[in-house]
Amino acid sequence: MRLELEKRSEHSTFYSIASPFIAIGLTLVFGAILFAVIGEDPAEALYIYFVSPLTSTWSLHELAVKSAPLILIGAGLSLCFLSSNWNIGAEGQFVMGAVVGSMMPIVFPDVQNSLVLPLMIIMGMAGGAAYAFIPAFLKTRFGTNEILTSLMLVYVAQLFLDWLVRGPWRNPEGFNFPESRAFHEYAILPEVLESGRAHYGAVFAILAVLGLAILLSKTLKGFEIQVTGQAPRAGRFGGFSTAKMTFFAFLLSGALAGLAGVSEVSGAVQQLRPVVSPGYGFTAIIVAFLGRLNPIGVLFAGILLGISYLGGEEAQIVLGLSDKITRVFQGMLLFFVLACDTLILYRIRLVSKRAPSLAMGEN
Amino acid sequence: MELAVAVIITIVTAATPLLIAATGELVVERSGVLNLGVEGMMVIGAVVAFAIAHGTGSPYMGIIGGIAAGVFLSLLFGFLTLTLATNQVATGLALTLLGLGLSGAIGEPYVGLPGTKLQPIEIPLLADIPFFGPVFFKQDIIVYVSFALVAGVAWFLFRTRSGLTLRSVGDSQTSAHTLGIPVIRIRYLAVMFGGACAGLAGAQLSLAYTPQWVENMTAGRGWIALALVVFASWRPLRVIAGAYLFGAVTIGQLHAQALGFGIPSQLLSSLPYLATIAVLVIISRDRRLTLVNTPASLGKPFVPDR
Repeated sequence: MRLELEKRSEHSTFYSIASPFIAIGLTLVFGAILFAVIGEDPAEALYIYFVSPLTSTWSLHELAVKSAPLILIGAGLSLCFLSSNWNIGAEGQFVMGAVVGSMMPIVFPDVQNSLVLPLMIIMGMAGGAAYAFIPAFLKTRFGTNEILTSLMLVYVAQLFLDWLVRGPWRNPEGFNFPESRAFHEYAILPEVLESGRAHYGAVFAILAVLGLAILLSKTLKGFEIQVTGQAPRAGRFGGFSTAKMTFFAFLLSGALAGLAGVSEVSGAVQQLRPVVSPGYGFTAIIVAFLGRLNPIGVLFAGILLGISYLGGEEAQIVLGLSDKITRVFQGMLLFFVLACDTLILYRIRLVSKRAPSLAMGEN
Repeated sequence: MELAVAVIITIVTAATPLLIAATGELVVERSGVLNLGVEGMMVIGAVVAFAIAHGTGSPYMGIIGGIAAGVFLSLLFGFLTLTLATNQVATGLALTLLGLGLSGAIGEPYVGLPGTKLQPIEIPLLADIPFFGPVFFKQDIIVYVSFALVAGVAWFLFRTRSGLTLRSVGDSQTSAHTLGIPVIRIRYLAVMFGGACAGLAGAQLSLAYTPQWVENMTAGRGWIALALVVFASWRPLRVIAGAYLFGAVTIGQLHAQALGFGIPSQLLSSLPYLATIAVLVIISRDRRLTLVNTPASLGKPFVPDR
């Protein structure tokens, strides 16, 4: 018995919609098994992970805080991946967005007026974009593999932030704690509603999703992105430049990651610390694929992954489970998403040694 | 002299995991498969090796466990990319994310526990040679394995028929398939070999380099190993040069941190990563060289026509 793939004559519309849901279902089944193995009641554990974050006003606000960066970064990355530019350094661009965006309240704390916040947001986006420029430049100029360079830059950005908050940017009145001074009131991204902590980062995320959805489906640039990614040769014949596309994709996704970074520090953290991200930049890779590289899909995928972060925290408090389980869930989910995507292009057949039998996925 | 020998011994220790993981990945890529999950397999190898060595008291059992864990993860990758023909870049990333998450969960009870250090084995006679003796012949078993591994892989790839078959699969999957070569089966074997190497490299980190478990203790070494394969332009013997160069950079910056010099430690810590970028840029500048050496089918999924 073995598995064989049989190419479909055309993409399966059914599976291109269903595959993320099948993947989520499989993740839940395996998650239940995992919980049973470690001796927890699967139903209770899954409830705490995936339902309880939706049951109170407080947790819905937290969900918006956690999902906004995932959606912002994931939307940018899906555009990158669509055009075959493998930016996996969004975590570094997030950090640099946070760092550059924090310059105003930390280096010039005496400048306090209503221009500070817009300036911070612009600087944060510029910081993320500038950091993403490096792998794009090295790729287009020297043909250097962007996967490795963008990833290496993540470590460099994290060390740079660590140096800043322990060295020159450490709070002078902070009793030697490794953190910057707290942002003044003009540097804080306000809350959207009075009922809780959710800040304008969530609004930026929705605007980014809408903007990218229009860009991809309604503009020539969107067409160019799809062509360059799927058939670069055809794209070149059509007069599209792959180098320009690389810059476009990296700068845009870098700017969005930078926006997520500056929103996080000015909205949620309100100062700089040695670590400002629980791996948003990497989790956003999962968000992009789970959302099928489609901005609207990314919106829902980002919310789901945000739920898993919150559920992980809840499970830690209620069940005493390690928060590391969240990362296992997230990794597993991406595996299932990629596996299920095969059904879009292929039928999977179980073949016995003698004769073909049992076909799965007949749509 | 004493000091120089001591420093060089640590360079060998720091270079060994890179050498092993890169050699494994080199074989994988020669078969036409790009597995970006080296970091994930390595970190799982590290945590499983530590846990088993801690449980059994034997670092050698730990090594076996680390290798097995690496192979297990590589089979997951193989099932997706080879059987289900998924995108290799995305699946490799998934493997790294899963490996990092899983290792954190498995390793939680082991954080802060004392490790079981792998003891050096002296090779009789050779160990008495001045300088070379202590540097190369008073090391632990994984260092010796790393030497044998590179030599073995170089011989296998370029001096045996099976090696030629493996390279042909990587250079032209459709021609190889037409000739009746079992492309998928060969790739499975290559991917499993890469997993074993990454697992062993991880075991070296948690049993020999720093005998303890720290979350994310691979710290990007799996990615540096991937870069070394490009640096070596897919030739095993050149991996040695790359791995030892990076071992030297790593150890050099550690000594510089100890001595101070007034340079921020974070800048020194980022040197291996910056060096990786620099090396990649230098290598990729010569596009012809890269094109000639890159396995032509690298990263392309293969679904046989039936």
